[in-house]
Amino acid sequence: MEVAVFALFAALALASALVVVTHRNPVYSTMSLVVTLVSLAVLFVLLGAPFLAVLQVLIYTGAILVLFLFVIMLLNVGREEAGGGSKLSKVPALVAAALFGGMVALFSWRAFRDDALAPLTEEFVSLKTLAGALFDRYLLVFELVGLLLLVAVIAATVLARRPRPEEREPLGPRPQGESGSGSGAGAPGEAAP
Amino acid sequence: MGYALGITAAEFAVMLGLLMGLIAPVMVWVERRMCAMIQDRPGPNRLGPFGLFQPLADVFKFFFKEDLTPAAVDRPLYLIAPALALLPALTTFVVIPFGPPLEVAGREVDFTVAGTEAGVLLFLALASLGVYSLVVAGYASNNKFSLLGGIRASAQMISYELALTLTVLAALLPVGSFNLQEIVAWQRENVWMAAPQALGFLVFLVAAFAETNRLPFDLPEAESELVAGFHTEYSAFRFASFFTAEYVNMATLSALGVTLYFGGWSVPFVDPPETWWLAALYGIAGLFGKVALFLFLFVWVRWSFPRFRYDQLMRLGWKVLLPLALLNVVGVAAATLAGWL
Repeated sequence: MEVAVFALFAALALASALVVVTHRNPVYSTMSLVVTLVSLAVLFVLLGAPFLAVLQVLIYTGAILVLFLFVIMLLNVGREEAGGGSKLSKVPALVAAALFGGMVALFSWRAFRDDALAPLTEEFVSLKTLAGALFDRYLLVFELVGLLLLVAVIAATVLARRPRPEEREPLGPRPQGESGSGSGAGAPGEAAP
Repeated sequence: MGYALGITAAEFAVMLGLLMGLIAPVMVWVERRMCAMIQDRPGPNRLGPFGLFQPLADVFKFFFKEDLTPAAVDRPLYLIAPALALLPALTTFVVIPFGPPLEVAGREVDFTVAGTEAGVLLFLALASLGVYSLVVAGYASNNKFSLLGGIRASAQMISYELALTLTVLAALLPVGSFNLQEIVAWQRENVWMAAPQALGFLVFLVAAFAETNRLPFDLPEAESELVAGFHTEYSAFRFASFFTAEYVNMATLSALGVTLYFGGWSVPFVDPPETWWLAALYGIAGLFGKVALFLFLFVWVRWSFPRFRYDQLMRLGWKVLLPLALLNVVGVAAATLAGWL
């Protein structure tokens, strides 16, 4: 029973992941990613980590991918044209693939050694242990991640903010060289009434 | 294993029967009759006593209408969207407890289809999948009104989910558990959560209206501007799927509200009976009695308030509800830490 469920959802995760990278329509890719993430959540449940599974669905499929879809639909991105990428973009792709392959190899190697990683216990992945670890042992890291996210949110807000009428610039592209130094020093002073 | 699976299947069947067979059709009737009452007209009153058989006629109408698929739609996505609406709607209810945990024939039965440690989180996770049907329907219909409806739906759901989740979190703090059965137990021992967390409940209620796309927040299908929004191109049974999902979602979110803030299945001053089937009846009557009051409120509000404008909706979500919800969480956390709750 467990093996059958695992096989079904593992196959589903792999197949949908393939569709994500190969389909030309971004909406289909996003919906396939939904299927991938939900299948992975089922695998998490099988591993005895229901909390992780629920968080995966709640955060990734419930929030982040909805935003993906929102942006795709708002910009009305059409079908992706073939052969758009430059040759240079293959380099980072190869590096990423090598890293991922190395990771898989490392994990498989460790799994077959004697001092293999211990399986997750029910207690280890329970809410209380997880929360305890986050807010006790890894508190500093946790807070730092929070700070990082806050900075990212503020930066995104600043970038997306519509300029007030008095600081709005005339239409047309401005010179590339000035924008970096000029806006940093001059804008705050100009914005003050 | 087999025994537990049987119980779960039986519970799921009961739940599904109640939602699809009772709540959805009765709600259609209540909505039409109450709307008529508020607008000072009789409403559908010919079919059966008080027009009670009207939903049955509606169902047959939906069955026999022509099922149109416009030529320009994105066919696979267009066909899958109504199923995406029903699936989360019908599964989300599994975490709601509908009776006291009891021993039946030497086994613990907790009267929850899926009683997990992460109960509330599972609810939020499943409920958050509901938005995909709206977005996919809007995109696949290849119609500007549908597309606008879908875009609005995704932005609205994301915005109000934050406030909703934060208020739910605050309600869990004094209990110290994600298990809804324990939240009910806490409220039976102490007090209904709505009393100490009135602010949280108010935010929850407003966010719940927005999450279910009901007036005054039904911007994804605002008929005065978007024809019928995301389901403009749907007819017959596919339209009925969206329609049913909306009512089931209302019932499910009401059940969560009842469980978090109004003592769940428990009836005040009456202890649950010991016999298991009597206890089940007691729990179902208690839970659905309170859910009915919530649903009444949903209908009442729909026919009493005008629709928000889209920018007003976003401003309310981000600049009013979210700060209030944050304030509520911090306040409740401090009170819990000080031992006042």
